[in-house]
Amino acid sequence: MVDGTSEATVQREAVVPPRIEVADVSHVASSKGQELATKISVRHLDFFYGKQQALFDNTIDYSQNRVTAIIGPSGCGKSTHIRAFNRIFALYREQRASGEIVMDGSDILSSSMDVLEVRRRIGMIFQKPSPFPMSVFENIAYGLKLHYRLSRSDLRDRVEDALRRSALWDEVKDKLDEPGTALSGGQQQRLCIARAIASEPEVVLMDEPCSAIDPIATNKIEDLIEELKKHYTIILVTHNMQQAARVSDYTAFFYQGNIVEYGETTKIFSNPDQKQTEDYITGRFG
Amino acid sequence: MSGMEGVPRRSVARRKLGDGLVRIIAWVSASIGIFAMGWILYTCIRRGAASWNLDFFTKMPTPTGVAGGGILNAIVGTLIITAIAAAIGLPLGFFAGIYLAEFGRTGRVASVIRLICNVMVGIPSILTGVFAYGLIVIAMGHFSALAGSVALAVIMLPVVARTTEDILNLVPNELRESALAVGAPRWKAILGVICRAARAGLITGGILAVVRVSGETAPLLLTVLNNQFWSVDPTQPMANLTVTIYQYANTPYPDLQLKAWGASLLIIVGVLGANLLVRLIAQRGRQW
Repeated sequence: MVDGTSEATVQREAVVPPRIEVADVSHVASSKGQELATKISVRHLDFFYGKQQALFDNTIDYSQNRVTAIIGPSGCGKSTHIRAFNRIFALYREQRASGEIVMDGSDILSSSMDVLEVRRRIGMIFQKPSPFPMSVFENIAYGLKLHYRLSRSDLRDRVEDALRRSALWDEVKDKLDEPGTALSGGQQQRLCIARAIASEPEVVLMDEPCSAIDPIATNKIEDLIEELKKHYTIILVTHNMQQAARVSDYTAFFYQGNIVEYGETTKIFSNPDQKQTEDYITGRFG
Repeated sequence: MSGMEGVPRRSVARRKLGDGLVRIIAWVSASIGIFAMGWILYTCIRRGAASWNLDFFTKMPTPTGVAGGGILNAIVGTLIITAIAAAIGLPLGFFAGIYLAEFGRTGRVASVIRLICNVMVGIPSILTGVFAYGLIVIAMGHFSALAGSVALAVIMLPVVARTTEDILNLVPNELRESALAVGAPRWKAILGVICRAARAGLITGGILAVVRVSGETAPLLLTVLNNQFWSVDPTQPMANLTVTIYQYANTPYPDLQLKAWGASLLIIVGVLGANLLVRLIAQRGRQW
């Protein structure tokens, strides 16, 4: 991207996204049990790897500014489910999704929806920390520069802001020019979170974000998730049921590509309706 | 089944014998190979070094029978021919490799291209020379450096394409997905993130491909020919090291034979230098 600084400064007012200050409604819902605004509605989502069907008729609503955990045994379709949301599966020609994933009234899966716009609005954190082969600063700036024309100082401010909100600033503020890959695993994962939230997405998908890092780093990321949900809708795939119980508001239990049960996390973990859910949670299988 | 009582044991002595035999065969084979290489290197250095002096690198060839002079035109010619070949072959091979690794992948078109590349890598280089002869030399009506460069580029193309593909395949898919997930268009993800992650390998592959063709003789014989005089015009025959070696080595004059050794040594030193450079880059690359 050409960095015409003067031009960028002129246009800045018009094109820079407003910092999204979504009202914190968590107290409303938790105290009164009211229905929350739905951010994403999934309707009849089927998914295929070639001829093999991996998801069956997934229908589920994800609430705004909430953490929804997706749990289930290996191979149940958890990751496949969220990988449909930013159409990352389209990288592989044999993978195909059908059904609807409606975000704010428009269907993400429809071809009229621009895929880059979808990915600007829906960020993703992967299982393995995957910093880009560039400096810590550039790692964050990369996504910002893709979508916005920013002056150099504004870019710097936004990179710092993203690092602060990812609880990484204090650890890397003197290493901004060092390679992102030189950070520790936990730091790398927070760098990836900073990268994802820098361009102010509305939804953050997390695909087992803690499975490749140590317990202390996991702790930090769980705290971070708690903090991030004030601004973003978070969908968290996890292998770790304690993690789901700790950080999520809602939990969906997947089994063999089907959503077996979905509800408030406290209910799913204390008094699930389905026998399968109970068996999984109590460790009888999976 | 319970236990192994009564089942005959394999002989330990035979196992040790087999182990020792394979070890000796491997050792002898390696020694023969290294000895041959060392011999070639030693001879080139011993004979070639004798011809190396300032004149060798800075003077034009003298008329046959007149002592002294150098091979400046051949040194410059090889650099020009190789540079033009690299300018054509590297980008073509690079993007062909990107197609194979990033777009075509397991598709039918990619499989066909991959097969063709593999076959082309194995084609004797003289056939490539014949191809360039038919394509360019005949059309132009005379030999030219450009025809040689095209021949060398054709030799490089499949090599670069396959190494690029292999190296890009080493980049983990997570990185690909991460780049796309932040909203990068495909081409930016490929050039800005994936190739950047693989850049040490890509540069290494490119250098090795250039080095490989810089020592080619057969395709140049049919295209560039040679030139006793100073010429840097790519549309004309041009002096070059390998054909110079071929021609000087076939003369009865000890002075020219010595210069052929000197030119051989120069090529070996060039290849060695390029390999050292590649190692340096690979080491640097690991820091990222």
